[in-house]
Amino acid sequence: MTGGLTPVRQIFSGIAALFSFELLINALVIGLLLGGFYAALSIGLSISFGLLDIVNIAHPAFIILGAFVCFIFNSLYGFDPILIGLCFAPVFFFLGTLIYRVYYGSFEKTGAEALRGLAFFFGVMFIIEVILIMYFGVDFQMVQAEYIDYKPSLGFVDLPFRMFVPFVIAMIMTLGLQYFSSHTFFGRAMQAVAQDSLALRLMAIDPARIKRIAFGISLATCSIAGALVVIVIPIEPSVGRLYIGQVFAIVVLGGLGSQSGTLIAAMLLGLTESLITTFFGPSWSPAVAFGALILVLAFKPTGILGRQGDTRG
Amino acid sequence: MSTNRFYMAIGGLAVLAYLATAFVDNQYYFFAGFAILQLMVMALAWNILGGYAGYVNFGSAAFFGLGAYAAIVALQLFGATLFTQILIGGCFAGLVGLATGYLTLRLRGVYFAIATLALLVVAETLIVNWDYVGGAAGAYVLPKRNPSILGIIIVGKNDALFGNYKELLFFLMCVIALITIAVCRYVEKSKFGRGLEALRDNEEAAESMGVPTLKLKLIATTLSASVMGFTGGIFPYYMTFVDPISAFNLDISVNALAMPLIGGTATWLGPVLGAIVLGTLQQVITVTISSSVNLLIVGLFLVAFVIFAPDGFLGLIKKFKKRRD
Repeated sequence: MTGGLTPVRQIFSGIAALFSFELLINALVIGLLLGGFYAALSIGLSISFGLLDIVNIAHPAFIILGAFVCFIFNSLYGFDPILIGLCFAPVFFFLGTLIYRVYYGSFEKTGAEALRGLAFFFGVMFIIEVILIMYFGVDFQMVQAEYIDYKPSLGFVDLPFRMFVPFVIAMIMTLGLQYFSSHTFFGRAMQAVAQDSLALRLMAIDPARIKRIAFGISLATCSIAGALVVIVIPIEPSVGRLYIGQVFAIVVLGGLGSQSGTLIAAMLLGLTESLITTFFGPSWSPAVAFGALILVLAFKPTGILGRQGDTRG
Repeated sequence: MSTNRFYMAIGGLAVLAYLATAFVDNQYYFFAGFAILQLMVMALAWNILGGYAGYVNFGSAAFFGLGAYAAIVALQLFGATLFTQILIGGCFAGLVGLATGYLTLRLRGVYFAIATLALLVVAETLIVNWDYVGGAAGAYVLPKRNPSILGIIIVGKNDALFGNYKELLFFLMCVIALITIAVCRYVEKSKFGRGLEALRDNEEAAESMGVPTLKLKLIATTLSASVMGFTGGIFPYYMTFVDPISAFNLDISVNALAMPLIGGTATWLGPVLGAIVLGTLQQVITVTISSSVNLLIVGLFLVAFVIFAPDGFLGLIKKFKKRRD
């Protein structure tokens, strides 16, 4: 009696396995792409927070500012968003050096960065947000580019270019910055500031100047990351709040200031979030990053690839 | 001011608040007054940890929202009254504060700040996914008709203590604010407060002088979180509707942090001043321009004060006095 049904059952369970397998592979691919994207968002913070000890909580807000700059020039002149992001990177760099001047003069010099410096960036974040709201309102905005809607399928795996292009740019940026900080004079100077700024001063190098330029670089990445954000998702002024968790979780998880650690942490977080979204639903994904962050802070505060002499423990 | 006169002033203000509900007719004043008092309590709560101990809390909204939702749960479970709701909100938030402290206070201050931000998002996500309290859609709280204690009608048209719920809530908020001020003043004068001050200035030195820093920080976090929870507990009744977005909003956190930094963090007077000045300004701007601008004002004030007037209004007043002498 049941013998006749067995092949049918087998086929059904086979289809179910294939279906979930396909789902799993797709979730993994999206997770990797998402991870690359997260790496682009957090690489700047891994410089400012990780190396320079500047807790720039407004980092995501600057990214959204960059995204809106892209939106303006894209909707007015139809320029490519990534090109706009690159062109505005020097402007953001300059903005960063200005902000660091204020930060250094008002907080670092007097040793007040712990309380008032934190509050300063928190205030800056709200200022950026509200100004964007006043100009653009709270509607979602998007950019136009040919590749955004391109979505080829390789077998049963979808490769949405909306995610893939940002992934490629993010990888170039992340690996480039990693090379820069480990192989150039200035990059090493940045690492030296993180390790022992007093020793730097003894060698007649002004740590404040190094930090100023490094903070400029960290903000310059915001311009490019902003272009990527506006390609990946539609934006509105307060969308940056969603990313505060991710970027801080990634930087802390990766071990402060380690660019390769940041990349690994970003990938891990992207994969976890994508799997959770696929199998449990998107409403749980915001808790992933922050939950991971709380656990890491509580149990392994030095992260995956922590630098030596870390004082958090 | 001597302690006796201080408590007499506190009592006098409570009586004055009650008389105001009896004689002032324009309901807008109670609405605006409630908002300003709410800010004041949040600012005082933030200042216990941020001002006295030097630990920045970005997640005030988490404790506020958890207080509000604890109140909702109490209402759903056994139809708790307003007073029980406030109590439960405060106690639950306090417990969460204690747990957060245990997890994070061993770390350097910056990580505590980031962890509190993380707590905010985790708490919001949990509530969004919990259908019992309404999930993402939110929950309604309908005020009871003619509530009474020991046969005395509290809210009603005739022969009642208060004419309507707005007046009752305003009075309660005023009482909470006055109690919080008294607690903060007590903390400042006590050994506990001096311990916090010592660990703010130099944690290692304080520790080596025998100050039990972790214990003091845990007490401060619990106290600060539970005061946030009390304001959260009263919030559902005030709004009659609560959803995760309004209860766990980062705007609450920035207000709680900005008021003390603008007023001055050294004593309880700073947050009170900051909340009165900025809260009033916000109410005026909300009525005359728009509510998004008032957040801009908070941001600008915050940035300007931390750069140019690190000790807030109180510092400015002191400087001005010195110059005149």
